[in-house]
Formats: sequence, C-alpha cells, structure tokens
Amino acid sequence: MATQPHTFSTREEAPVTTTIDIETTTTEGAAGSVGSLADVHGDIERVLPDAPPDPVMEAFGLNVFYGDFHAVHDVNLSFGKHEITALIGPSGCGKSTVLRCLNRMNDLVPSARVEGDILYHGQNVYARGVDPIAVRTHIGMVFQKPNPFPKSIYDNIAYGPRVIGMKVDDMDDVVEQALRSAALWDEVKDKLKQSAYGLSGGQQQRLCIARTIATQPDVILMDEPCSALDPIATSRIEDLMVGLREEFTIIIVTHNMQQAARVSDRTAFFTARPDETTGNRTGLLVEYDLTSRIFTNPADQRTEDYISGRFG
Amino acid sequence: MASAAVATARETTVAIATGKTRDRSPGSLAFLIALWASLFFGVMVLLVLIVSTALDGAARMDGALFTNYLSSLQPETSGFRAGILGSMWLMLGTSLLAVPLGIASALYLEEFADRNRWYNRLIELNLQNLAAVPAVVYGLLAVAAMSVLGFSSSGIVLGGSIALALLILPVVIITTREAVRAVPREIRDGSLALGATVWQTTWRQTLPSAVPGIATGTILGLSRAIGEAAPLLLVGVAVGIRFDPNGFLSAFTALPMQIFNQTSRPQEELQTAAAAAIIVLLVMILGMNALAIFIRNKFQRSW
Repeated sequence: MATQPHTFSTREEAPVTTTIDIETTTTEGAAGSVGSLADVHGDIERVLPDAPPDPVMEAFGLNVFYGDFHAVHDVNLSFGKHEITALIGPSGCGKSTVLRCLNRMNDLVPSARVEGDILYHGQNVYARGVDPIAVRTHIGMVFQKPNPFPKSIYDNIAYGPRVIGMKVDDMDDVVEQALRSAALWDEVKDKLKQSAYGLSGGQQQRLCIARTIATQPDVILMDEPCSALDPIATSRIEDLMVGLREEFTIIIVTHNMQQAARVSDRTAFFTARPDETTGNRTGLLVEYDLTSRIFTNPADQRTEDYISGRFG
Repeated sequence: MASAAVATARETTVAIATGKTRDRSPGSLAFLIALWASLFFGVMVLLVLIVSTALDGAARMDGALFTNYLSSLQPETSGFRAGILGSMWLMLGTSLLAVPLGIASALYLEEFADRNRWYNRLIELNLQNLAAVPAVVYGLLAVAAMSVLGFSSSGIVLGGSIALALLILPVVIITTREAVRAVPREIRDGSLALGATVWQTTWRQTLPSAVPGIATGTILGLSRAIGEAAPLLLVGVAVGIRFDPNGFLSAFTALPMQIFNQTSRPQEELQTAAAAAIIVLLVMILGMNALAIFIRNKFQRSW
C-alpha cells in the first residue's frame, strides 16, 4: 500500500515523502482483472456499511458559483476509502463541478467561487494557506478526453514524478509499475520511446490513468473517463477501476448509468433545478446511497425517474 | 390529417431539368470575371515588378555584387558587400532583442495575466495599437533609447537592431500569443492535475508545443524588418560604408538603405547594380518566408 502523509504542507513546495513501493501483489491484481468481467460482477456483491466508515474525502455545505451563477447548491457527501463513488445526473447538474472542487481544479476558472468545506482526511482543502498544487499531488485526476502530453509514452509517465520532485530510485521502475497498474505495460513495453499520440484512444486514456498513478496519489478523480471511448475500451477501463480500488479511492463522474451500476460502490444522484427568475440551472444532490440501493430501490422519485430513463 | 397533407403537398414533377446550369447565368459569370480580374491585377503588378527588376539587374548578377563595396568611381564593379553583411548583422541583433522579449511578454499575457485587471487590459489595447505604428516612429524611439543608454555614435548595429526589434515586437507578441493559445486547455489541465506548478506547465508543456508557431511568426516578422529603410534613416545609418561590420557596436549600412540611395544616382551602372541588389533582397526575404513555411508544415501540430 502506498503510504503517504495525509496532510498538505502549507508551504510553496509540496512535501514529497512518498515512498515508491507499489506492491507487486496489487499490480498483479490490477493486471489480472483486465478482461475478466466475472471479477467485476463478483465485486459488486461486496457488502458495505450504509455510510462510509472511514471517509477519505468529505464535502460539507458545498456551494459553487461562477460569477453570479450559482452552479452547485449545498452538497454534502462523503467518499469512502477504497471505494468507487459514482456521481451521476443529467447534463448541467454540477457533478463535474463538484468533482473539480475536490482537487481545486476549479481554482483555474477565474470567476469560480467555492463556499463550504471540502475535507481530505479531516483537513480542509480550501483552508487558508493550503497550496492547491500540494492538494493535487494527493488527489489526482483523469479527464474526459484522453489528454496525453505530446511526448513519448515514457516521458508522459515520468513527467508527474519529475515535476513534483518525487524521490525516485529508478524512473524506469516507476514507469513500468505505473503502466502495469494501468494494464498497459504489455501493449507498450516495446515502444516506450514512441509518441503517446500513436496510441489508440483507449490506450491513451489508460496512459493518462498510469500517469496519475505514477505520482502516488491517494484519491483518483475521473471526469467521464470513458465518454470518448468505444465499448471495448470502456470495459477495459472499468475493469481497471475495479482493480485500482484496492489501492486508491476513486470518484467518477459518468453519464453512463450502466457504468455507475457496474463499477461503483456508492452513487450520488444530482439534478438541476432551474431558477424561477433567471432560468439558470443550479445543481443539487438528490440522493446518495449504496449503488445497489440507488439502482434497485431509490428513495427519491426523481432518482427513480432518471434511473428508469423517464427523463435526462 | 391525410387529406391536409395531400392538399399542402407541392406539385412535383418527376423529371430533373436538364440543359444550362443556373451557375452559368450572366450574373454569376460577370461576378466570376470580376473576381478573376481583381486577382489578375494584384498578381500581375507583382510579377511585372519582379520580371522588370530582374531584367534590369540581370547584367550585374555577378560575384562583384557580393564582394565589392559601393563605388561611384568604378560603377561597373560596384557591390553591396557592406549592405548584405550589415543586414545580416541587423537581423541577428533584431532577433536577439525581439524574440526573448516578445516570447516573455506573450507568455505573461497568455498564462499569467489576470484579464480583469485594468493594467493588463490597457497593455492588450496598446499592443494592438503598437502593431499599427508607422516604422519611422520606431526609428525615433530607437534614437531616444540609444541616447538614454548613453551611446553617442549613431548608425551602429545596436541602434538599428533596437529600432527594428521595436518594429516587429508587436508582431512577435501577437503570433506567440496565438501559438500559445492554440495549445489545448487539456494539456495544461493534465499537467496541473499532476501537481505541476503554472510555471512548470508553461515551461515544459505549453512553450515546447508552441515553438513551431512562434518560430514561424518570428521569421515572418524578421522578413518584414529586413526590407525596412525608414527607421534606419532616423538612427543615422550611413550608406557609403566601406568596411565590414564586426560587432553590435560597429557602424554599418543595410541593403535597403543602399538600394534606396543607389537608385537615385545618375549613373546607369549604379542603377543596374541596385536592381540586382533588389533581387538579392527579394531572395533573402523569400528564403526566410520559405523557411517559415517549412517550419510550419514540418513541425506544427494540429490538435
């Protein structure tokens, strides 16, 4: 297990006391799960308590504004350790916005303003003095569209450890471990020096996941990671997520309800409520529960309507 | 329902009309001819200019043109050695000044500046105006800059370089900004999400990806600068220099200045030599433009 201190330094430089010991057992677990959907279905049956017992991240009274526009209203969520949490809902319901608050990527939007608390192991990510750059070394992110850097496959993986100044004994090992964890090693081991742009979309997305793993984060955020991929590539990424759950906490935004049902342990359903005067749609959390319950016996009528395809 | 649909249905004929296409109606043809005429005018003027200059100068396209200095005593072997070398020194100085300043300014404006601040908006507005400032004004500015810097001698490479660097700075800044802006947001986000700083992201991702665009814009800017004579006049660049420039503080002359001077001389041999020098200057400019096109086609990434 990756051991990492669960606090951010409030200084300029990120603390890099990360030890580079992705154990080989977990690596094999991730690699072995690819292509065997039985594992995935087996995992869905796992029994979880009603509320995450050991939340890695929590949101309390989260409100997000873009200028005057109220994008997200009063969201409370907690994300369990080594669980996959899916955020679902119709377009414009604020689920991506919530996700991007968790590692302060919303800071990059000039007009964005965040109210409320986002806790990471109890520490407020938005507290004064917390460096967003340090936050992002603990909470990695995979984007909607595969976005490898215009560099070689090797350099794509090595980039993260290099920029955060991670102490690395052998970068080749880091690259290999990350690619193995992302179930990409066998496909690219002979062309590490080639451009990442030569890979297929699905491979590029797994490269992006490997790139995120290489910096040894604690939490991986995924913003619709399969929306640009075909069903086969999607299924490989889903298998990968289930394997990565052993080591990381994963929070995924998805438009694909089947995907949420297949991979996630818990599901949060968001919807958008139009403002009566301006018509602007504000996102709010409708229901948050175990995935099995959300998809079989939702408590809220709006959830049931969305799940059964009656709207959205 | 059905009857209403029948009633509103258009009466259709099954056969498609044959014969003359409506694209060849008199109106369309007149328009097409007007377009051709406009194109013809522009291209012909350029072509006539090049051909007549080439014919005028063909007699003097010899080695002496490149190896000799200007001479009105021996007009038949007068050459533009000092001007050609001077222009090369000038381009070196101009690019050394304009490229770092231009890239740094563009990176600040694109990656670091807060657009909501009034002073950044003021800078942006001024930048667009600067691109439209006449070249002569930059010459005056360079004279002022040189006197502030404490250089008493006029007509040296540094002075000319400052004038031309000021002239092409807006072009370099604008093209660099466009090249930097063309690097997708996703690349920056990917880097920042890994815990890289804005500085690291700019230096390691954005800038390398933008280099082909920056190089293209810079070379096009330089190829505009190499043909300029007006700002150099104000800096006090002499014409009849009879030695090779040997540094940034050396007195020099430039090819456009010499051409301007020699075309107004009464001796026919000197005018022929000037025509040949125009061809040399054109080839230099075309060569730089070709290099820019080559870089763009070879390295520019379409995202």
